[in-house]
Amino acid sequence: MELDPLMLSRIQFAFVICFHTIFPVFTIGLASYIALLQALFFKTQNPAWDRLALFWTKVFAVVFGMGVVSGIVMSFQFGTNWSNFSLATSNFIGPLLSYEVVTAFFLEAAFLGILLFGRGKVPQGIHLMAAALVALGTFISAFWILAANSWMHTPAGVELIDNRFHVISWFEAIFNPSFPHRFAHMAVASFITGGFVVAGVSAWFLLRGRDPEANRRALSMCLWLLLFLTPLQAYVGDSHGLNTLKYQPTKVAAMEGNWETSTSVPLLLFALPDQEAQRNLYEIGIPNVASIILTHSMHGEVPGLTAVPPEDQPPVAIVFWAFRVMVGIALIMIAVSFVGLFLRRNQRIYESQLFLKTLVSMISLPFIAVLAGWIVTEVGRSPWLVYNIMSHAEGVTPSLTGWMALFTLIGYVLVYAVVFYAGIYYLTRVVRNGMLPEQEQASVNRDADRPKRPLSAAHTPFDDDIDPARS
Amino acid sequence: MEMFDLSIIWAGIIGFGVIMYVLMDGFDLGLGILFPFAPDEEARDVMMNSVAPVWDGNETWLVLGGAGLLAAFPLVYSIFLPALYIGVFLMLAGLIFRGISFEFRFKSRRNRHWWNRSFAWGSAVAAFAQGAVVGAYIQGFQTEDFVYTGGAFDWLTPFTVLTGLGLMAGYALLGSTWLILKSEGHVQDWAYKITPILLAMVLVVFAIVSIWTPFVNPFVWDRWFGHLHLIWIFPVLALFFAFLVYRSVKQRRESYPFLATIGIYVFTYLGLIVSQWPMIVPPNYTLWDAASAPESQLFLLIGVLFVIPFILMYTAWTYWVFRGKVRVGEGYH
Repeated sequence: MELDPLMLSRIQFAFVICFHTIFPVFTIGLASYIALLQALFFKTQNPAWDRLALFWTKVFAVVFGMGVVSGIVMSFQFGTNWSNFSLATSNFIGPLLSYEVVTAFFLEAAFLGILLFGRGKVPQGIHLMAAALVALGTFISAFWILAANSWMHTPAGVELIDNRFHVISWFEAIFNPSFPHRFAHMAVASFITGGFVVAGVSAWFLLRGRDPEANRRALSMCLWLLLFLTPLQAYVGDSHGLNTLKYQPTKVAAMEGNWETSTSVPLLLFALPDQEAQRNLYEIGIPNVASIILTHSMHGEVPGLTAVPPEDQPPVAIVFWAFRVMVGIALIMIAVSFVGLFLRRNQRIYESQLFLKTLVSMISLPFIAVLAGWIVTEVGRSPWLVYNIMSHAEGVTPSLTGWMALFTLIGYVLVYAVVFYAGIYYLTRVVRNGMLPEQEQASVNRDADRPKRPLSAAHTPFDDDIDPARS
Repeated sequence: MEMFDLSIIWAGIIGFGVIMYVLMDGFDLGLGILFPFAPDEEARDVMMNSVAPVWDGNETWLVLGGAGLLAAFPLVYSIFLPALYIGVFLMLAGLIFRGISFEFRFKSRRNRHWWNRSFAWGSAVAAFAQGAVVGAYIQGFQTEDFVYTGGAFDWLTPFTVLTGLGLMAGYALLGSTWLILKSEGHVQDWAYKITPILLAMVLVVFAIVSIWTPFVNPFVWDRWFGHLHLIWIFPVLALFFAFLVYRSVKQRRESYPFLATIGIYVFTYLGLIVSQWPMIVPPNYTLWDAASAPESQLFLLIGVLFVIPFILMYTAWTYWVFRGKVRVGEGYH
């Protein structure tokens, strides 16, 4: 079998970035949540807020550490596998990625240390400020990355001279047409992810009767937040979709599974797109609804895939189904948020076993939704790396051979499997040992012995038979 | 640019970043390489504790260098990384494994020997890969029209294997002299004992590489045996510092061996730079060929000039906070 370095590089990039994305999408939301908890503690001096902030800061430390470790690979992968793309776009992408690194390090240098290790050592106001700045920093990081990514979808503000992009307007390039929508969509997704994880873990604690005072507060807060954010995300996602319709109609056609440009297009609930035959098998749809969603009119025209030649079409089935996974999960999340509102009567959100267990089981759903959404947007622009200008095939490293790409793909999968296993295993232990008052207190007092690194903020031992003096 | 050459400024920034990285991550990688040879588990605790608070800050410089290259000298980025493809993977895998073992070794007992292994192998592989990169840089890269056209293992030749092993020995030397500075008792005795051996290994590789290099690359031959006699000061000073390491170890001085080792590195590094200057992708491209557009270099320069002082201050502060000896059986106080 001929190994295709292009396809293998794409799979490798997809794998590494999907793995990496899990962590920042959570930390962005969680950082803001921690800042909020600190602010509430600062204002009310109610120790329940402090206990919550302490626990979630530990979780944050572990997840942030894993995000940094998995992110290192990203900054080299552009060069190893996509050297032609890197060289062509370096005038724009280079400074943006560097600014992200600079922001992240600046943050880590100045404020993360205070947030993780300053508790009880710096004044409360300073600690709160550090938490707020860490939260701000996660947004600034996301800003640079999403600006670079959005530019690849909707390139603007540049001029192509001798196969290299030169920036004419930094403002237009950074605030390119799809950027505001993508940033808003991702920011809200981060809050929703953080919200469901905190709600799920609080529910897990409540089911075990652990620190009910604090966890009830956390659960209630999250459910209020989700009640507003999940419908808001539907709106933001819709406007992002309309933006995509304008700039990347082929992607929208793939999302809808619509082959021929036509009017009064149904919303397909189920279909098996057949790329070869350029049509769908077994369609089940609701008449006119796709037209209504996309054009806000019963008989609006929806672009079709066949408007571009088959080699310029994305793999339709992947985009079509990933989109349905994302939307399906979104609907579940909206429904659960409204059930939460309904159950507030008589405090049943804190007591209904079924509801609490549902929340626990939903912890992984926002992550799946985020990954599905990214698969829609990234696979959907295929075969373009820089939309309508540079294809994946043009961007790949010319000297790369199939076996080299296969070697590193397998290698990264193995390395990340170990990291992920160790990280998730450890995170589970942090949660299991979480919110136990006497232990939290003891760990704070031991802070002085510990080196200053993100994961060190979590004191939980890795395995059971640990000598407590050393943990 | 008319007023000042941004490419030179950027070469200075990245050159500074590289030596900072080599020196700082060098000693903690070196301790990893020495890990399996440590006299006992207590010594390993001390070794790891002595770098635990600073190692991730040290790696800051690597990531900053990588991203900075893409922005300021994209040709370096887009030729080195494809040419060193397998090596880069091995280095990253090594760094990741040793990174997580820092976190989990202290938190586990039953699984500790696995984290020990992961720490040692990760450090050794990363150090070797970095040394091979130096060798590959001296060799030069096969390119055509701004694209790498060589094979997957052009970076792995007898010459680069030698530089790879040489850097492992060099990092181990940085590690052992660091340990002299940070430890006491039997751990320090052990560090005193191994330092001369490591120094001898470094000098042997240093000599072979110095003699071999002009034959590997004619450009380097012309540079060293041309008119620029002044540059011989660099290898002479490097050797002088090597002598200082030896003497200070004999006198059982505590901080001099480490500082003198830094001297060896700085002057070897300067010697390496003058060998190739202004070639940044030898043998075909100078740093001006490799540069990005001036407006891009300027755009990033503003941010970097703002943030580097903070990183330096933070780095200095961290080292200050964790100054002093690491004792057996305890962490930092």
